[in-house]
Amino acid sequence: MTMQSLRIDGRDLHYTPLNQQIRAAVADGVKEIVIDNVLGQRFIGDGLRGDDVTITVNGVPGGDLAMFMSGPTIIVNGNADHAPGNTMDKGKVIIHGSAGDAVAHSMRGGRVYVRDNIGYRGGIHMKQYREKRPILVVGGSARAFLGEYMAGGLLIVLGLNGATPVSERGVGSGIHGGEIIVRGKIADEYLGTGAKQLPITAEQKESIRLILEDFASAFGLDPATLLAADYSRIIAASARPFANKYTWE
Amino acid sequence: MDGSKIKEALASMDERGSGEGAGYVAYGIYPDYKEYYALHVFFDNIREDKAPLDNLLEKWGTIVHDEQIKTYEQPGLRKVHTPWRYFFRPDPHMMPKSTTPEEDIITYLVMKVNSERNGALIFSSGKNLGVFKAAGWPEDVANFYRIQDYKGYLWLAHNRYPTNTAGWWGGAHPFNLLNWSVVHNGEITSYGTNRRYIESYGYKCTMYTDTEVVAYLVDLLVRKHGLSEKMAVRALAPPFWEEIDRMPAKEQELNRAIRLTYGPALMNGPFAICVANENSLFGFTDRIKLRPLVSGENGDRLFISSEEAAIRRIDPDVGNITMPKAGEPVIGTVYS
Amino acid sequence: MSIGSTPLKFRVAIDTDRCMNCGRCIENCSYGVYRKEGDAIRINSRNCVACHRCLAFCPRDAIEIEEKPNDYRSHPVWTREAREAIFNQARTGKIVLAGMGNAKPYPIIFDQLVLDACQVTNPSIDPLREPMELRTYIGKKPSSLCLRQLPGGDVELRTKLTPNLQIETPIMIGHMSYGAISLNAQMALAKAVSRIGTFMGTGEGGLHESLYPYQSHMIVQVASGRFGVDINYLERGAAIEIKIGQGAKPGIGGHLPGEKVCADVSCTRMIPEGSDAISPAPHHDIYSIEDLKQLVHSLKEATEWKKPIFVKIAAVHNSAAIAAGIARSGADAVVVDGFRGGSGATPRVFRDNVGIPVEAAVASVDAKLRQQGIRNEVSVIASGGIRESADVAKIICLGADAVYIGTSALVAMGCRVCGTCYRGTCAWGIATQKPELVRRLDPETNAVQVENLIHGWTDELAELMGAAGINSIESLRGNRDRLRGYMLDEGLLNVLDVKTVGA
Repeated sequence: MTMQSLRIDGRDLHYTPLNQQIRAAVADGVKEIVIDNVLGQRFIGDGLRGDDVTITVNGVPGGDLAMFMSGPTIIVNGNADHAPGNTMDKGKVIIHGSAGDAVAHSMRGGRVYVRDNIGYRGGIHMKQYREKRPILVVGGSARAFLGEYMAGGLLIVLGLNGATPVSERGVGSGIHGGEIIVRGKIADEYLGTGAKQLPITAEQKESIRLILEDFASAFGLDPATLLAADYSRIIAASARPFANKYTWE
Repeated sequence: MDGSKIKEALASMDERGSGEGAGYVAYGIYPDYKEYYALHVFFDNIREDKAPLDNLLEKWGTIVHDEQIKTYEQPGLRKVHTPWRYFFRPDPHMMPKSTTPEEDIITYLVMKVNSERNGALIFSSGKNLGVFKAAGWPEDVANFYRIQDYKGYLWLAHNRYPTNTAGWWGGAHPFNLLNWSVVHNGEITSYGTNRRYIESYGYKCTMYTDTEVVAYLVDLLVRKHGLSEKMAVRALAPPFWEEIDRMPAKEQELNRAIRLTYGPALMNGPFAICVANENSLFGFTDRIKLRPLVSGENGDRLFISSEEAAIRRIDPDVGNITMPKAGEPVIGTVYS
Repeated sequence: MSIGSTPLKFRVAIDTDRCMNCGRCIENCSYGVYRKEGDAIRINSRNCVACHRCLAFCPRDAIEIEEKPNDYRSHPVWTREAREAIFNQARTGKIVLAGMGNAKPYPIIFDQLVLDACQVTNPSIDPLREPMELRTYIGKKPSSLCLRQLPGGDVELRTKLTPNLQIETPIMIGHMSYGAISLNAQMALAKAVSRIGTFMGTGEGGLHESLYPYQSHMIVQVASGRFGVDINYLERGAAIEIKIGQGAKPGIGGHLPGEKVCADVSCTRMIPEGSDAISPAPHHDIYSIEDLKQLVHSLKEATEWKKPIFVKIAAVHNSAAIAAGIARSGADAVVVDGFRGGSGATPRVFRDNVGIPVEAAVASVDAKLRQQGIRNEVSVIASGGIRESADVAKIICLGADAVYIGTSALVAMGCRVCGTCYRGTCAWGIATQKPELVRRLDPETNAVQVENLIHGWTDELAELMGAAGINSIESLRGNRDRLRGYMLDEGLLNVLDVKTVGA
């Protein structure tokens, strides 16, 4: 008999046996996994496949949550630590809380939604290929070097509940593809090298409507405020921002 | 609080260490001897190395009491040194020209003993506080000293992954001088500059570890130069010139003066550092935030850690989990 | 003369297949190598100094210049140079003069030092995308600050800081006087430094009035000859440098041959036209370290303590002790000029044999000042053979706050380092006062070239720092741990306070 759901008590459970239990369950056809009493376990869901699998993490997971993950959905009821969604390929991570530095580092597909705030270098080196596009949406604020080295993908920072989306340097530093969308506007001194800021057009805003609605529904927010707000887009000023730094011998 | 919970919290981050060093420091653990300097010493050979140290100390003051620090064999920990504690009262008349003779005598003795390396190493030299460290995993070191038997109002703990030297007892954190204790995650790329700066003020770096220099820098800037802790951090992790240029005139002048004066103390490289003294605890990161640091509060308790999960191991109900801004300190002050 | 002709230094040939007979070589050569004879171009190779002006302007690459076209029987001890110097002195009985820097093949310490980069235990920093600070302040720094906590929580600064120069890159242009070089050359350098946000030295030739618009980027020089030194000059400079010595000729004063003292130079220096401008060896009011202190204080009093005062010394054996004395004299910076420093004219025997390398001098000056707890009293500026950004990085690791470049800046303006500056016929318009030659040097174009050089080096320095995991130059300064010596002997490694590779 295939159990459709499984509950794991994560108390004092090392991440290796925890992940083994998760994999075994998924292989068995389990679609819903709930892990209770999570406290600092790293690498949860790393490299996991299973497009219809949902894992609920109750507690505070450790670093590299959903790294290389390709398919499942992970819901975190708590803050995430360092680099959730690291090099993630496909799937969804929904964090009911904040996250640490390097969120969605090198992400190549799928979605990461953070209800509250993220740390430094969020979305660093996100990349995309044609339609395979990663999306990171942050409800609160982000710190310096947001979207550094961005090569593709979509990064949205909403600054809800009175937070300023970004008030530190280096936004889009070295961006050469993809786009960062913030609610309101970023002060010029915070724009990184090679990044330029433009107001969003009605068409571009329409193109993110479904994402904003999805984000709102993940956290029980009213999508109307999100859709009504003004946004700015930060994109690459050129595809080769540093071409003029070099010369041949 | 006794040391049991912090041992668990630290051990929960074993993934970040290599088992080559761990340590703890607790403040308020010697209430009966709180007027005296509690010197913690590693002896290589108790028979040969203790007498010379006793003689040296007796020349500079009085040994009020000394005893072996009780330890309990741990299979994972090779007992290379014998830890000892002295309660010592320096004689201020031995440094008549100094305005802070007691601190200067203790500093002199620590630097002298540690650079001469005659089988004795003073690794803790404050009042009413003690460092407990060794080359081993956090749990093993904690159990070796049974830190749960000590009660203190302020604790630091550290799990080491050595980069430039092999693990040895002296190289574990916390590093201590007088009432300053320091734990550090990262590597200081400016160490060559910082070390030479601090040595021109008479400190000697003897521990083959970059972290040592932080304890001395804080002692110099705060105790000797009278900077507040906030200003000391401003010197060690200053704002960038592009930010200073945008500040209002007076603030600009102040920050420029700090950078000009303390340029050689500026710390570069990735770091998250926590510093404690008998009155305060402060933590800060490098200016471009290359290491994690998280703080939390619950009532009158302040927690600073590399990970939130570690804090929750001590206090599952901790609130106000925040990430301090790069280069800006979180400062907690003890009030009585 | 029984010695006869010494062999040609250079043989010049024109490939007639390629030559289009445009005559640019004849127009451009200022040394008399080419002349027109009917349709042909005749060459007198004996006059060639390999300044490459002809080669640079030949549209067909038709000119060949070969050095040492005739071989001596080779000998490791009796080199060509040794033999020919003797021929010269046998003929003349005089002191041989030469230009530019040390030409003896001493090993170059810079080329035996390597830099560190971060990996694994430490991330390197990307200077293109994350902040990288090369801003440097030159001058006296306080050793501690008096701060006061105000009731509102603000902090008040009570210590008054002495004036410092703010430079956006640790590269400045050293002193090359008007007289030694042309006014157009100085103008090009002046424009470049003012655009970059750094400084240049005026040299001991005074400050020409056409450079007054750039005076806020000028360091004026008080040398032993006190040429052009009046209160107006002192007030115009952003800083004042007392020149005690120079790396190319430690122990001797400056020498400007009469050929280069034209009307304008005569006016600026206040000496007769056509006469040699000799600077005495010592300042005749400085015979001891306490006299230097007096001079420093007199300059500060005269300029109301508004300007940093630098003291420039040649790198000699007791440089560290001299520097410590200078640090206590009230001076704000010590310039250490190594034995590879350039000059327009210096006795060859001094240029090649007197003085020590700047790498060793700076290392020992920095160490001694720190040892005595007075490193903050002076900035240390290094000069003498700084050829590339790696040299700048290495000398800062060895303890320098900044560098002066001389020869490099001239090379950026076309100089080929032919070393005949003392002749006053520089075909590039740099080391000459002849109007028809000076005219060739366009200040604006050359300013861009010098600016490009400093800009390129600054970007490279930023990359080197980032690779070493450093984002503020304060942390590179004196950081010997980021250097390793490659095949340097133990004694020198100890002086440099640098470990060997592998350690």
